[in-house]
This record gives sequence, C-alpha cells and structure tokens, in this order.
Amino acid sequence: MRILNLATVSAIGLAAAGFGQSAQAEDLTLCWAAWDPANALVELSKEFEASSGHSMSFEFVPWPNFADRMLNELNSGGKLCDLLIGDSQWIGGGAENGHYVKLNDFFDNEGISMDDFAPATVYAYSTWPKGTPNYYALPAMGDANGWFYRKDWFGREDIQAAFKEATGRDLAEPKSQKELLEIAQFFQGREIDGNTVYGAAIFTERGSEGITMGVTGALYPWGFKYENTPGEYDMEGAVNSPEAVEALEFYKEFYQTATPPGYTNSYMGESLDAFKSGQVAMAMNWFAFFPGLYADPDTGGDKIDFFVNPPQNQAGSTLGGQGISVVSYSDKQDAALEYIKWFAQPDVQAKWWSLGGYSAHNSVLNDPGFVDSQPFAGDFLEAMGAVQDFWQEPAYAELLLAMQKRMHDYVVADQGTAKEALDKLIEDWTEVFEDEGKL
Amino acid sequence: MTQTLPDRAAQATPPKVARKIKGLSDRAIAWIFVGPTIFLLLAINIFPLIWTINLSFTNFKANRTNRAVEYIGTRNYERILTDSDIWLSMQATAHFLIWTIVFQVLIGFTLAWLINKKFRGNDLWTTIIVLPMMLSPAVVGNFWTFLYQPQIGLFNYVITFFTGGDPSGFQMLGSVDLAPWSIVIVDTWMWTPFVMLICLAGLRSIPDYIYEAAEIDRASKLRQFFTITIPMVLPFLMLAVLFRGIENFKMFDLVVQLTGGGPGSTTELASINLKREAFEKWRTGYSSAFAIILFVTVFGLASIYVKALNKVKER
Repeated sequence: MRILNLATVSAIGLAAAGFGQSAQAEDLTLCWAAWDPANALVELSKEFEASSGHSMSFEFVPWPNFADRMLNELNSGGKLCDLLIGDSQWIGGGAENGHYVKLNDFFDNEGISMDDFAPATVYAYSTWPKGTPNYYALPAMGDANGWFYRKDWFGREDIQAAFKEATGRDLAEPKSQKELLEIAQFFQGREIDGNTVYGAAIFTERGSEGITMGVTGALYPWGFKYENTPGEYDMEGAVNSPEAVEALEFYKEFYQTATPPGYTNSYMGESLDAFKSGQVAMAMNWFAFFPGLYADPDTGGDKIDFFVNPPQNQAGSTLGGQGISVVSYSDKQDAALEYIKWFAQPDVQAKWWSLGGYSAHNSVLNDPGFVDSQPFAGDFLEAMGAVQDFWQEPAYAELLLAMQKRMHDYVVADQGTAKEALDKLIEDWTEVFEDEGKL
Repeated sequence: MTQTLPDRAAQATPPKVARKIKGLSDRAIAWIFVGPTIFLLLAINIFPLIWTINLSFTNFKANRTNRAVEYIGTRNYERILTDSDIWLSMQATAHFLIWTIVFQVLIGFTLAWLINKKFRGNDLWTTIIVLPMMLSPAVVGNFWTFLYQPQIGLFNYVITFFTGGDPSGFQMLGSVDLAPWSIVIVDTWMWTPFVMLICLAGLRSIPDYIYEAAEIDRASKLRQFFTITIPMVLPFLMLAVLFRGIENFKMFDLVVQLTGGGPGSTTELASINLKREAFEKWRTGYSSAFAIILFVTVFGLASIYVKALNKVKER
C-alpha cells in the first residue's frame, strides 16, 4: 500500500512538473548574424533548453549575406527560422508583409512590459508603424556605431609631443568630428615601431550597408534629417541640407586623407583586421564587437580604449542592434514565444550582458554598477541616448541600396559633388516612395 | 537468320505494351518519345520566359505578395531605357566584354600556336597553362583581391619593380580608372586557356599535306600563316569568341568577388545591376523588363554572329 501511495504521489508530482513546461518538446531554430554576440547567445540559450525541455538550433549567417539570406527566407515563406533576430530596418517589411507575429497580446498575457526596456530600443527594434504601440519584436541586442583606439600609442610621450607640436593641443579622445579627423590625419603614414600606420578604419563597403552606416556616422552629428516633417516624406532641404553636404564632404575627406591605402570596400571585418594587425590608430565599428576587442591578447586590454561617436553640431550615433521576432511561418510559434518570455526576464538579461550581449533591459542599463562593468559600458549608454536609424520602411532595401550607390559614387569613386550625390539620393528615394504610393 | 535490333526490341517489349503500341502511328510514337522533352522545355524554358515577359509590364514585387499587382504598360521599359545608370552599366559590360575577348583571342591564339610546335615538355606546359580555368571563379576572385592589395599584394610589387615608385601608390581595385582593367586582367588570366584549347584543336585539325603543298609552291612561312593557318582556324576562333562573349555578357561571380561593382558603380556590370534590382531591391517587374532587354540583346547579337560563323565555315 505504501509503495502504491508513493507511486501515486510521484506520478502526480511528475504531472505537475510537466504542467510548467509545454506539452511537446520542440527543436527551435533561431536565426541571426554570425558574430561574437551570437556565440554568447548560444551559451545563454543552454539555460532555456534546461528549463523548458525544448532544444535549440542556430542558423548564423555572415553579415555581408545576412540580409540577402534572411529576407529571401522570409519572402519565400520559409520555415527555417522559428525565431529571427532581424535587423532593425526590417521591422516595417516584417510587419506589413506578415513575416513577423504581432506580439501585443502575448506581451499583455505574459506581463511583459515595453516600459522595462530602453525607449530608444523599443522605438527602433519593436514598433511598426514607428512609435506606435504595435510590437513585432522584443529588443534583443542594443547596438550603435562607436570608436576604439590604440590607447598605448595615444599614451606615448613622443607621439603626444609630436601631436602637440602639430596641432597645439593634447592628444586625447576627440570631442568633435573635426578633432577625430585631425587625430586620424596625424597618424596617417606615421612610423610607429618601424611600421607605417594609418589614421582610422572607416566603413566604405559597397555591397550591403557598409558605407551608409559609415556616412551616417558623420551625417547624424551634423544634424541630418530624413524628412522635414516626420511621416511626410518631404526630403528636399532635409536630406540635402547644407549641414548634410558639409558632413558628406567631411566623410570623403576622412576617406581620402586618413584611411589605409586600398580601403575601398571595407566593413566590419576589415575594420577589425586593420586594428588588430596594428595598421590603424583608430577604427569605427559596432559596440557588439567591443567585448571581443577588449579581450584580444595582442591589441586589447591596456592597449585599447573606446569612445562614443563624437558630436559636431549635435550628438549622434548610427543605430545598430536588433529585436527578436517570432516568424509567422513557423509551426512552433508557441515554443518560440516561450523563448521570448524566458529571454525577457531581468535575470536572463543580466546574464546576457555578462556574456557579451548588449541587453536593452532597464534593470541592466540602470544598474548602478553597469557603467563600470565594462570599459565601454558608459560609452554604450551615451551612444544609445543619441541614436538615429535608417529608414525602416517596408521598401528599406531599395532605399538602402540607393544610398549605397550614391555614397560610394561620391566618396570612393570621387564622382560629382556632395550636393549632387544627395540630390540624386532624393530623386531615388522619391521614386521609391512614389512606387510605394506614399508620395 | 540473324535478328536486327528493332526485332530484338519488339520481342523484348511486354505483350501488354506491344498491344497498345501496335495501333499507334509512327507520328504518335514519335510524339511519345519527344513529348517529355518538349514538356520539360516548355516548363523550364518557355513558360518562365512568357511569365517574365508578363511580369515586365507590371509593378510586381516578389517580396510584397500581399500588394495589388498593376499593369503599367511599357513604363518599366521606358524607365530602363532612359536611366543613365543602366547605360553606364551597359558601358561597363561592353568595356569588359570587348577587351577580355580581344586579349583572350590574341594571347590564347599565340599560346596555342606556340604549344602546337613540337618541343620537350609540351604536355606539361599545356597542363600548367590550363590550370586557371579549372579553378572556381569565387576562389580566383578572392585570391586576386589579395594580389591587388596595394600594401601586401604581389601585383603592385611586380609593376613597381619594373616601373619604379611606391607599390602602395596606386590601387587596382579602388581606382575608377584602373578597376575596369583589373577585372579584365583577371578574366583574361582565367579564361585565356579555354580559347587556347579551342585554337589548339583548330591548329591540329589542319592536315600537314596542305603545308607541304605550300612548301612545294615556295610559299613563305608568313604567307602560310595568313593563307592557311588563320582561315582554317577562324571557325574555331569564332566559336571561342561566341562562347566567351555569351559567358562574359552574364559575368557575375568573379567581378562581385573582386570589386562588388565598385568603386562607386564603375564595374557594375549589367548582370550585377540586374541581380541587385531583382533580388536585393525586389523590383521584380522592373528587373523582368531589364532581363528581357538583355535577353533580346544577347539573342540578337548571337544570331547575327552565328550566321557569320556559318558563312565562314561554308567558305
């Protein structure tokens, strides 16, 4: 009898334990770009596997092919991805084309509040139409374009003296875009330890989004706006404003006078390579790479430091980062939503940051110890306070490729003037919005 | 009595099938045999072509299937034909096409002529020369980007070894003036062996007795070259030009790997432009019209060329 009671209690216990989990264990596939934070997410997701009973597979695609590969997958209604950490600019297309599951009801039912996340990230990664409380993603990875530099070179007395002599001021982290260029030009072609080094690695890539992400790093601090009136698509005078022209001319001067030779088609990987090989004094790149850079045995640690994209007329950084969405074509949406519920928990978000992911959760960002938790944490917070993103329209790919072409034609191929490039960009974008029926 | 092949085939046919076939005419049997081929041709060639023509008159976007598709007449064609960027990409394609063919024909024929001479190590040299065309275009594009690298690349060092100056003083892939030539050089390096092999086949097809007769007539070597070698190799050479022309008109992978169409749009060939319109911007209707224009261009030029080739062969 006692054995029977024990068996009954055990059975009830097992059944109760099973209640907390989903009825069926699923193998979820999460799709993202192949980069350092993705490895951190694999590590983090082991906890989800242990607690939920679901197993996780990952499909990570290198950045240059990420958009092509994933947008093709979504457009064809593919079932490869149950969860997708898609780029911020995809949110419009994801929502309007029915690729992403709308998460409002789920958030309400599960008590997930968007007020718990940094407002800039909710606006950029989750909402469509922009700024409305219609959520298609949970902020997963905050990111912005920032800078890192050779702290050991900046600290050398001979270099400091030479810089003082050349510019009349002390060599330090730049406080404006023009100071940034001045420092880069100072290092350009300089001999350090018997090697010729160059000013800075910036983004000039033509094929995907590189040069646009680099150029906007100059445009935003100069005060660039996409429209005169938000939502009206009135671009004349905004996109080609005198400030925008000056910023674009600045970026071209930067490219021509302060980057390594042959640096004509370079993006994230090339920037990292140039810095790690000791070729450049400074480099721009996404904050997502900064943990890996700091940990690098050759150029990390005491040899590196970080700074936010310097202001000019105003503070401004190019937004990176992504939200996590449930793909509407997935047959495992319940399990995918379980993952999002788990991922939104404050303790999981804290661990996400500790592993190298950039949490956008307020409990992490507002923690008193956050700023000192990493040498770039303070810069990250500062950058996220002044981020701007590219168009997030459903036709974003057309808008982006038009800008890629016009910017590369002007900056790298040296064709036409900055004003002409921006005027042509307005023509291209106007055509796209006319096709979209928005103009 | 020996059985013929049709007799044996008839005996091997199962009685049920044989009974069915017995009542069929020769024409019907012929249709049964060619039917599957015609079906496949219609399914994978003709239908997509007709569908593409249909799409070219619409504003369809393959990534926006929930958007209403409108027929917009010839607007896509008008846009393409009046777009200066499209004409720039056609110019880039023409530059690439013409110069690769010129260099490949000249160098390929010269190599074939040299290889055709009997000398020690002839086969080894042939093998070495044809190696580049056995490589993947992606691999070739990748390692030539390193060769062209202004700081560490071998190409700049070799050039400045002969001309003097700083190896990092010029950029093959980053210069608007040099980038179009950089892709011509790589394609020539890779595909000249193909032209060489076709020319070699042509040279080896010329019977020795023709040269012997010319020797008896005391024709000089130069005369033999221009009146025997060139005319007899010409059909082969024209065939090589046709193959390379069609291949290079649709060139994509090698150039994408080398320059990505840059700097700016300097090396953005028509095929790269088309791919961007179709599968990055997803302007399906527009890119269908562009594809039709390219198809008509290639088809038209190839037809004229094939007629010329046939005339040369008839001579």
